[in-house]
Amino acid sequence: MTTALRLLAALAAGLTFGLGLSLSGMLDPARVQGFLDVTGAFDGRQAWDPTLAFVLGGAVSVAGLGYVLARRLPRPAFAPAFELPTNRRIDRPLIGGAALFGIGWGLSGLCPGPAVAALSTGALPVAVFVAAMLVGMMAHHRFAARA
Amino acid sequence: MNTYASGFAGGALIGLSVALLMLLNGRIAGISGLVAGLGRDRGLRRWVDTAFVAGLIAGPAVFALITGAWPTMRFVAGLPILVVAGLLVGFGTRLGSGCTSGHGVAGLARLSPRSLAAVLTFLGSGMLTVALLRALV
Repeated sequence: MTTALRLLAALAAGLTFGLGLSLSGMLDPARVQGFLDVTGAFDGRQAWDPTLAFVLGGAVSVAGLGYVLARRLPRPAFAPAFELPTNRRIDRPLIGGAALFGIGWGLSGLCPGPAVAALSTGALPVAVFVAAMLVGMMAHHRFAARA
Repeated sequence: MNTYASGFAGGALIGLSVALLMLLNGRIAGISGLVAGLGRDRGLRRWVDTAFVAGLIAGPAVFALITGAWPTMRFVAGLPILVVAGLLVGFGTRLGSGCTSGHGVAGLARLSPRSLAAVLTFLGSGMLTVALLRALV
């Protein structure tokens, strides 16, 4: 019973995430890149697009409320325990990985959530991006196994 | 609804999803980690994460059913650049343990200094990349 509820909860959360992304405008690579384009406003090429900041603000506020609530509960509703990251170090893999991710994000206007969600649109560029992303993830898996 | 309002409302839905996944299943909603986990995890965990990703992919289609229009997508790069970008995003998010959702939404909501460092780094490198792109191309 709990297993079925856990599957249903994951499906509902995923659907809510995908609907939120769709409503937010963050599936649109031009809009995301417009946020990252901070120099565009100076030479009058293109006005800066602050939408992403509103999306992040809305998301962090609601998620924050949920996390505050979670802290007061002994365990999640359908699972034995809360799984929280234990690594607290700000180290080179964290910063290097985030820097590489940012380059790819800036070049394409795509990050994992919107790209995976947008697979349902059937757009070829999305499929190509996601395929390359999976290859990049597998490459890291090999690299991490060797290191 | 104007762009900023729908951005905030959409963001709130994303936050609701992140909150639900923690309150109900005890998990961080980080998309890069969940997607990478599909290839590694076994048993129930794999099914649960598959259910989340299936829901995520269904999202835009359900949005189209409700509103009568698919979300706007204007691509800014050709296929060769998208391949390079995809490789960087895939490798970088695993090396850095997260992306815009795991570090950006969930991490900031937990007030994690590690996630804040990651967010500032990928925002900085993303902005620098677009600035260089605009200056050179």
